[in-house]
Amino acid sequence: MAREEKTITMNMGPQHPSTHGVLRVVVELDGETVVRAEPVIGYLHTGIEKTMESKLYYKALPCTDRMDYLAPMSNNLGYCLAVEKLMDIEVPEKVKWARVCLAELTRLNSHLVWLGTHAIDLGAMSMLLYAFRERELIIDIYEACGGQRMMTSYIRIGGLAHDLPADFDKKVRNLIKLIREKINDYEALLTNNEIFINRTRNVAVISAEDAIAHSLTGPMLRGSGVNYDVRKAQPYSGYENFDFTVPLGKKGDAYDRYLIRLEEMRQSLNIAEQALDGMPEGPYRAHVPGVVLPPKEDVLYKMESMIFHFKIITEGFKAPKGSIYQAIESPKGELGFYMTGDGTNRPRRVRVRPPSYINLAALPKLSEGRMFSDVVCAIGSTDIVLGEVDR
Amino acid sequence: MEQFGDAVLEDDEFRGDVSYTIKADRLVEICEALHGSAELDVKLLSDITCVDWLGDEQEEKKGRFEVVYNLYSITHHFRFFLKVRLDEDDTKVESLVDLWPGANWMEREVWDLFGIEFVGHPQLTKILTPDELEGHPLRKDYPLTWEQPRFSFNKDDPPEVIK
Repeated sequence: MAREEKTITMNMGPQHPSTHGVLRVVVELDGETVVRAEPVIGYLHTGIEKTMESKLYYKALPCTDRMDYLAPMSNNLGYCLAVEKLMDIEVPEKVKWARVCLAELTRLNSHLVWLGTHAIDLGAMSMLLYAFRERELIIDIYEACGGQRMMTSYIRIGGLAHDLPADFDKKVRNLIKLIREKINDYEALLTNNEIFINRTRNVAVISAEDAIAHSLTGPMLRGSGVNYDVRKAQPYSGYENFDFTVPLGKKGDAYDRYLIRLEEMRQSLNIAEQALDGMPEGPYRAHVPGVVLPPKEDVLYKMESMIFHFKIITEGFKAPKGSIYQAIESPKGELGFYMTGDGTNRPRRVRVRPPSYINLAALPKLSEGRMFSDVVCAIGSTDIVLGEVDR
Repeated sequence: MEQFGDAVLEDDEFRGDVSYTIKADRLVEICEALHGSAELDVKLLSDITCVDWLGDEQEEKKGRFEVVYNLYSITHHFRFFLKVRLDEDDTKVESLVDLWPGANWMEREVWDLFGIEFVGHPQLTKILTPDELEGHPLRKDYPLTWEQPRFSFNKDDPPEVIK
């Protein structure tokens, strides 16, 4: 008797532990082979771009924390750099170094969560607990800086919200020392783990040409061996002063991306350490009357500062007419802000180039023709945050 | 860009970002040339977005919608923007999905939020907003607080763009 050829369509998510949020994937299966995988998104769409366009420039900042909530400082940094470029503001040296240090701690934060969740997807339960244990220490540093654990809004237009806390240097150095040791533990758990290798080697493979054609960025692109890191290619916030290497993969599979992210964590520790060593003294906010909020100490005692404070809070500042694009290397890839000013105190257009959204678009390419269980690995190794995908 | 002659309507540099406004019907041809050129090697389509210039008379004369293509050359480390102007009554532009598969979701997003129709796109459907939502939210005449689908209340009658 001839076997009937037919496929079944399955619905994965939107509430599924391995989709890292509310992502739905409609999968068409032939036996256990994926014929078609179609991600369905939009469950978290809150119109952040529209909200930002309706607000004064500096009031839109807290919206950025809520996109990629695992890397709030990166988003703050990208947005502030974009506004500073539009307004042509130069920030003090100390701010640049502090921002680099915080951005690299944020990369660690994001990669730790990725490592934990990716490993638990593939069956390594204890990894999640270890990764979250160390992440907690980074969040403590956020709290010491900005008073908030996740939605920090610490990096502000023209500088920082407050000066760095007095024991910042000591705390971060302790953290760097600790995580350096812990990364070796993670490697001992996973890198030579046979189950982990079987689940990730030659899974979710994408070639260099395909990765570029699908506009992938970040570890997804570098996993395929393409050397594109915004920190090196178009340095921002003083990254040209730092000594670090960009790890590259060969095969472009999930295991390569795992190795790259681990190496990136080590490089982040080095960069953060260099930032601490070279941190200059100076003001924590630029002095640009009428655009950058004056420090709170001045507002209480100086007449001009109080007037500017009042003016900026009530009417904001007017940006010139023109469009700029500022990209940074967020933990997920190239995070860009395309901002159009039109001479008023509100932006005409704020476009966020969300790395998660564009990387997720390649999911069909990564999973079609492969086993169903590999879809979980493909989603995990893409490293998406649904808050950023949907915005 | 000189080789494209009269297809380039305007070039501009602002804070170091270079952009070229080109004729909408020459978009695919120019992108193919840039993609294939060994000298420029523009292989990465970084982003596609759109700006709605409603209410700005000077800009609206050139066309209400400005579709922006963000291109990057990985080998030569330079970025530039191609811009296409579209009138309100003819919001159609050729799709780039054949050249860059990554354009798929970017174009769907611009269609969903701005209503720009990408001709030749394999699956031009809504991506971010709910299926019941009518209109294109990022257009400037779409109200900020209009609730669709309705959860609690809307104070006024629906505005013209939604009906």
